[in-house]
This record gives sequence, structure tokens and C-alpha cells, in this order.
Amino acid sequence: MPDIPVKRPDPEQLLRQVEAEEDFSRRGRLKVFLGYSSGVGKSFRMLDEARRRQERGQDVVIGAVQDKRPGDVDSLLGCLESIPMRTIKGQSAMDVPAILRRHPEVIVVDGLAFKNPPGSGNAERWQDCEEILDAGISVIGSVNLQYIAEMREQVEALTGKQVTDTIPRSFLSGADEIVVVDAPPEQPSLQESLGPQAQERLSALRELALVLAADVVDKQLEAYLERHGIENLWGTQERILVCVTPRANVEPMIASGRRNADRFHGELFACYVEQDELSAEDRGRLEANLSVAREARAQIEILHGEDPIHAIMGFARERGITQIFVGHSLREGFWTRIFGGPVDKFVRAADGIDVRVFPH
Amino acid sequence: MTEVSRGELKVFLGYAAGSGKTYEMLSQGQELQRRGLDVVAGYFESHGRLDTIAKAEGLPLVPRRRVEYRGATFEEMDTEAILARRPEVCLVDELAHTNVPGSERAKRWQDVEVLLEAGINVYTTVNVQHLESLNGQVWQITGVRVRETIPDWVLANAAEVVMVDVTPRALLNRLERGAVYAPEKARRAMENFFQESHLVALRELALRQTAHEVDTRQAPSAGEGAQAAQESSERLLIHITADPSSAELIRRGKRIADHLRGPCVAVAVCPPPGIESLPHAEREAVERHLNFARNLHVETRVLTGADPAKALVEFAGLNQITQLFLARPRYSRFQLPVGLNLVHRVVRLARTIQVTVVAERHRR
Repeated sequence: MPDIPVKRPDPEQLLRQVEAEEDFSRRGRLKVFLGYSSGVGKSFRMLDEARRRQERGQDVVIGAVQDKRPGDVDSLLGCLESIPMRTIKGQSAMDVPAILRRHPEVIVVDGLAFKNPPGSGNAERWQDCEEILDAGISVIGSVNLQYIAEMREQVEALTGKQVTDTIPRSFLSGADEIVVVDAPPEQPSLQESLGPQAQERLSALRELALVLAADVVDKQLEAYLERHGIENLWGTQERILVCVTPRANVEPMIASGRRNADRFHGELFACYVEQDELSAEDRGRLEANLSVAREARAQIEILHGEDPIHAIMGFARERGITQIFVGHSLREGFWTRIFGGPVDKFVRAADGIDVRVFPH
Repeated sequence: MTEVSRGELKVFLGYAAGSGKTYEMLSQGQELQRRGLDVVAGYFESHGRLDTIAKAEGLPLVPRRRVEYRGATFEEMDTEAILARRPEVCLVDELAHTNVPGSERAKRWQDVEVLLEAGINVYTTVNVQHLESLNGQVWQITGVRVRETIPDWVLANAAEVVMVDVTPRALLNRLERGAVYAPEKARRAMENFFQESHLVALRELALRQTAHEVDTRQAPSAGEGAQAAQESSERLLIHITADPSSAELIRRGKRIADHLRGPCVAVAVCPPPGIESLPHAEREAVERHLNFARNLHVETRVLTGADPAKALVEFAGLNQITQLFLARPRYSRFQLPVGLNLVHRVVRLARTIQVTVVAERHRR
């Protein structure tokens, strides 16, 4: 069996990496506390960390707090210096110029998603944070799941509440660290926020927050492994790859793949290895099969290579696939029965990856 | 005698020592005590950390039991004393702990089961790497074969699982500051288990596991109910042999069955006249694997048949099995006729059943 090619960083990529690392050392570091609902205790966790950092000798200053806050948060606020918010047209905003002048090591920003009043330097508070980070000041901030722009629809469907203040998910995934503040939904401070069926809604929100954090962590892991030239041999999340061919009965494969990916909070891929001499009929079937995959929100990849199994395995290893779904045709000749067909070759090649064979 | 209703279990899940699980458990214990509940610390391990010790203040402690073993003295949780004390809530650290030989029960999670049976609510802590079904994956990630494991159903039966999250960076800072282990131990930890990439990967496993636990505890909506009914038609069969690969096959099959919410059965096939006729070592290995499956709450069966492929497919057909789990064949350097290999034969016999060939876990 030929060796599967291992991806090596090219010189260009290494250069970009060095530049990124230099950037990294100049810029402040961003740490975000993510909660799935208000009342979960984000602000407390964040300020508790601020207090502990101060005790260890870091220069920590509060840049923004929320008006409505529980008593335990207030008592933490008392032990930290803060830069007063400024008022523009009756609305409060973080005083970025004052923060830049004071230039502490760390600034604490509660409620990252707040909109700034018209006439402020930046339209939104998370953009203020970018400015502060660029100036070399580290930021620890907090945000609720419902304010992540890409999650808004899902959250609104659950809570019925509309929000207008948002931060882009890229701000979160670009953070150096993200911490989930988890608490069971029966906590009384949470129940107040959501009315009837609070329990179910909160559980659904909680699941979304945990998966969002896991996905961000997964990207961090990938970046870390790439930076250190470590090959990813193990799947921390389930990634399912369905092999599509013109004649394959893909519906059950895709349906099952989708279900598995959802149940494991993992990812679904579908691939096809390009072949030259497809009849018009097979072309049509292939298109139909690929659209089944597309409808199931599979990430579709067209692969090239003389040896289809080799091409599929190369892709699977690059993407950290944990399960490959293949179809199996029962029509086989004598020699296949003795020496094996594609399925046998597949199983042999798929060292370290599970193979699920679907009958046609 | 009056029947007591079973106590509820709440699990604080983390991914490494020093992530703050014990601290979180103790603060919630304090909170319950403030609300007037009778809370005791059945067992907690401060590891000499000052903030943890401070958090335990004011919580009644049930003294540990001293156990002599091979000339040394060990301290274990005194389950009998807790039962006699009958608190409303008992805090028990380190759920995956193995008791010293000669204890009433081999594992702490079994002690906890006893407390729950007696109607005592238990708060406990555990790291994700101690879950049996993740044992192979964790070894692959860290190179460490975790010996102290808990069956997944212990977590599944918990009323609540809460993730105690901390970033790997913060954890490593704590280690460097000596807040977790003594300096020498901390240095060794950072070179081995506590490498940043390991911690990031374990953290992701813990987050996804908690999401799964939250997911399974939600009442299904109407649409999901129909979908669930369809899914419950998934029935898995795990093929057990004397080969060591059976252990990972059982873990993997059970984990997938749990996520698909379908039942699974582990089946060994022995040549006639039956399991008694197997060579001693082989029989022992098969029985060990069957036992392992039963401990994970997987139903087991032993079939008799000269042809394992035929016996498995026949059994699958009779029991509405939808998916067969087999170990990956051992390949030699020479291409042997595949007609002899079990996977090849089962795939061809199993006309309507899916066959999953489970990979062996490797490290490079």
C-alpha cells in the first residue's frame, strides 16, 4: 500500500506563522466568559478572575460593568479600580480614550455586545475591545450566547426574545481563551429570566453554548497542532465521511451520517472521487446523490486521484475523519470473492478509522 | 419497612486535576447548607490547596476509615458511617477512585451507588478521561492508559452533569505557580499528561460530553419524538472474541449505541460443543470480555456455531439487528485470500445489515 502523504507546512506558511506569532506578542490577549443565559454567573466568574489576577500583582482595571447586577458582583467590584463610563446623549459607553491613557495590563469589560451611543468612536463595544487589544492591553470580557450574531436565530426561536446587540462569532473564535460558565437550569437566578417551560429552553440554550465552545476549542486545537507541526491522529469530535458514487444508494447513508453527526455534535462530510468516463446517465445520478448530501448540510469535497481509495484516505486523514461510510454492491465476480473487492481494500487501507459498510 | 426513594446524583465534570471541580462542589455544598439542608463532606481531597480547604470550612466531615493493607495504612471513605449519619446531601470527591483491596466495594462509584440507594443525594467530581467508553481515545490523545474508570451509565443516571470549565492556559499557570501539585510533580505533569495539546483535546471531549448529557436529559419535542422512534429501531451487535481488540470494540459500540439511543448486545461465538471446549486461556479471555460488557450494561449472549460469520448474521436476522460491529482484521504483509476473513464473509452474508469495522487505536 502506498504511503498516505502527510501535509507539511510550506515556507510561505511558516513565514505567515512567524508574523502571526510576532503580532500575537504585541497585541493584548482576549479572554471571554461565555454564558448560556443571564443569571448563570458570568460576571461573577469574570470579576473573581480579575480579583485573583490583581492579587497576583497584575494591573487590572474595570472598563465597563452592567447596571443591573447581583450583590456578590458588587462586593467584588469594590476591590478593583475602575474607569468611569462616559455618558453620550444620555447613554453610557466605555471611555476608550481614558483607558488608553491609563494603559493598564488588563481591562475588564462586562457585556461585550453592547451598542455604543451614536457619536462614539466605534459603533459597538466589542470594536472598542479590538482597539484596546491592538494597543497591547489584555481584555477579559463576558457575553451571553444570545448575543453571538450567528447564534441569534437559533436562540430567538427558543426564547422568543429579539436582540439587536450582537458580536460576530469570529470575535469569539479569535479570542485567546474562552471559558464556558455552566450551571444547571434549576438555579433560581436563571428560572426568572424565561417564563414557562424555562427548564427545557434553558437546557437547549445550555447545549448550544457547550457545543459552540467545543467548536471554538476544536479550532484552537487544530491551530495548535498545525503551529507545532503535530499530525492529528485522533478525533476529539466525530467526523463522518460518506463516500458518494453514481450508483450508491446514498439516502440511508446520508440520513444515518447526519443523525450520527448530530447526536455526537460532530461534522458530516461527503466526498466523490472524480472519474473521467462517466456516462450521461451516471452523471445525472451523481448530481442527484450529491444534492442529497447537500440538502443534509454535508460539507462536499470533490477529490482527484488515480486510486480512489488513496484519494479518500488522504482526505480523511487530513480532516481527522473518525468514521467512513461506504456502500457495498452484492454483485461480484468470482475473483472478487476470493481476493476481495473495493470494500476489503477499503477496510485494509482505513487504518485507525472506523468503516461502516452499507448494503445496497 | 418503608421504601426510600433513590437519592439524586450531581456530577461536576472536568478534564484535569486543578480545574476547580472540588472547589465548585464545596461551594455548592455551602450554598445548600445556607438554605438549611443537612450537608456533609463524605470524602474530599484538598491536595493541600488553601482555597479548597477554606471552602470546606463549616461543612461537617465524616471521618475517613483507616484500612491496613500490606503493612501500610490507607484512608477510604467510610460509607457505613455516612449511612448511619443519614445526611440529606453527601459530597464525595473523585468518583473514579479505586478502593484499597479488601474494602467492601472495589470502586468509589459503587459506594456512591449504595448511598444513592439509601436515599442520600450525592454531589461528586470526576474528570472526563475516566469514562470507560473514552478510554481508547484518551490513550490515543495522551499516551496514558487511564486505569481508574467509571461505566458510562453512572454518568447517564446522574440527575445533573455540570461542566467545570477552565482554560488550559489558566490550568498551566496554576501548575507553574505550584497551586496544583508540588514543584517536582508539577514539572513531571507538564511533560506528560499536562501538555497543552492534550489539555485542549480533553477539554473538547469534556464540553461535548456535557452537551451530550444535557441533550439526553431534555424532553423530546413532538418532531423529535417521531425521529426518536425511528432511531430507536437502531439495534447494535458487538462481536466479542478472545482477542484484546474486543475491549475497544465494546467501548466504541456502546458509546455509539448510547448516542443513537438504541439497545446493543455483545455476542461471542464458540465452536461446538460450546464455550467449555475452548482452550483455558481463550475461554478466560472471552469470559473477561463478556464480563466487561455486562459491567457497562451491555446485554451478552454466547452462541455455538462452527462458522462465526454465519452464526452472527443468523442471530442478527432473528433479533432485528441493524448494525454489526466487528474488529478490524489483522493484516499480514502478504495478501491472503480475503475469503478467509470474517469481515469479508459477514459483509457478504449480511444482506440488509450494516457492518461497522472498528479500527484499532494507534499512537505514533
